[in-house]
Amino acid sequence: MPSLDLCISELSKVQVMENVVIIGSGLAGYTLAKELRKLAPALPIRLLTLDDGASYSKPMLSNALAKGKTAQTLPMASAEQMEAQLNITITTHTAVTAIDTQAHTVATAMEEIPYGKLVLCVGAVPIHPPLTGDAADRVLSVNNLTDYAVLRHALETAQRVAIIGPGLIGCEFANDLLSVGKQVTVIGPGVVPLDRLLPTEAGAALQSALARQGVAWHLGVTALRVDHQDEAYRITLSDGATLLADCVLSAVGLRPNLQLAKLTGLQTARGIVVSRHLQTSAADVYALGDCAEVEGLVLPFVMPIMHAARALAPTLAGTLTAVNYPAMPVVLKTPACPVVVSPPAMDAAGEWLIEYLNGDSLRALYRDADGGLLGFALTGAAAAERQTWSKELPPVLA
Amino acid sequence: MQSDQSGADYKKYMCLICGFIYDEAMGRPEEGIPPGTRWEDVPIYWVCPDCGAIKDDFEMVEI
Repeated sequence: MPSLDLCISELSKVQVMENVVIIGSGLAGYTLAKELRKLAPALPIRLLTLDDGASYSKPMLSNALAKGKTAQTLPMASAEQMEAQLNITITTHTAVTAIDTQAHTVATAMEEIPYGKLVLCVGAVPIHPPLTGDAADRVLSVNNLTDYAVLRHALETAQRVAIIGPGLIGCEFANDLLSVGKQVTVIGPGVVPLDRLLPTEAGAALQSALARQGVAWHLGVTALRVDHQDEAYRITLSDGATLLADCVLSAVGLRPNLQLAKLTGLQTARGIVVSRHLQTSAADVYALGDCAEVEGLVLPFVMPIMHAARALAPTLAGTLTAVNYPAMPVVLKTPACPVVVSPPAMDAAGEWLIEYLNGDSLRALYRDADGGLLGFALTGAAAAERQTWSKELPPVLA
Repeated sequence: MQSDQSGADYKKYMCLICGFIYDEAMGRPEEGIPPGTRWEDVPIYWVCPDCGAIKDDFEMVEI
C-alpha cells in the first residue's frame, strides 16, 4: 500500500497536469477563460499577457470617438478585477519566451510554468505598408489599447488625418473621425473601398456616403512616401500626387501572430494550423482567435472567436467538442452608411445580383447556378434585412 | 422615451463587445423576441446578433 505522502504527491501532480495556461488577454483569451470557468469551477487557470491585462473590446476602438470613450474609459475591467471575477491567476507585462511541448512548460524571463493544456490567444499583428520617406516611422497603426492611446494623443492637435487602407477598419476609423469634425482622407489601391469584402457596387455606395460626409478618397493609388513638412506630413502617392496631413494612420490589414508558434515548431500556414478541435500540431497545445487557422480559414472577427471559445472550453474541460461556424455576417460600424456583408466562400461559384433600392441602399445577393444564396452585401437601409438573408446562407463550417 | 402600459420606461442595453443595442421597445421580432420584451425576459441563451456575445456582456445604457 503506498504511503500517504506518495498519494498526496501523486494528487498534486494530477492537479498540475490538468491546469490550463492561456497566452493572451484579448477577446479570445478572456472569452475562453470565462467559458471555461463556467464549465470547470475548480480548474486552475493561469493567463499570461504582454500588456496590463485590462479587458476591453478591440472592435470598439474604431468607434470610440463617437461613443465618447477614451483609451482610459474603454476598459471594462482591470487585470485585478478579471482575476477576482473569473477566479484565475493573471501575470501581466510578461512575454512567453519559449514553449517546451515535450516537458509541457512555458518559459518567461522570470519562471518556467508547467501546463496541462496550453492555449495560444496571441492575436494578429498589423501589416506595415512598404513606405519610404523621412517620416515613415511616424505612421501610426492601431491594434491594441496602447496604440489607441497614442492615436488619441496625436488627435489632440491633428485636424487633417490620412488613412492608408480603405478596408473595414480604415472605413470605420474614417467615419469615427468624421463624427468629431476631423478632415479625413483615405488612400487605397482598389477602385472602391473594401474591395476584398464587397462587390464593387456596394463599395461604391459606402464610398459616396462617406464622401458626402466629408471623406476625400484617393483610390486606385498607393502611398509611397511619408515625409516631414513643417509641422505636418507630406504623403506622396503612386500617381505622383501629394497631400498633407497632421496624422497618418495605417490600416492595411492584420496577419496572424506566428512568432511563438514558429519558435515552438508548431505547424503554421497563414495562421497557426489547428484542427476542428482547435488543437495545433502539438498535443495539448491549442490556438484560438485571430492567430488561428481552422480548415484554411483565418477569420479575424468577434463572432468566430465566440463560437470557437464555446467549443474549446468543453474540450479543455474534458468533452471533446468540434467547432462549427454558422453564417457569420460582418457588420461595419459606419453610421454614414450601414453595411452588412457575408462574403461568399473563396471557392464559391456564382454571381452577384445587385438591386439598387433608394439612396445608398443596395441589396447584393450572391447566388449559385441553382439560385442558392452563398453570400450577400447590404448597404444603407437594406442593412436591416440582414436576418432575412442570413437564414438562407449555408454554414461557413458545418 | 417610450413606456409600457404600466408606465415603466423601456430601456436599452448595449453589447460591450461590439456596440450593438438591444432596445426593449423594439425587441427582436426577427428572432422571435416581440417588441416590448424586457431585458430580463430575453432568453438566457440569446446572443448578440452582431458578434455572438452573451447577455452578460451587455450593459444598460442611457441614450
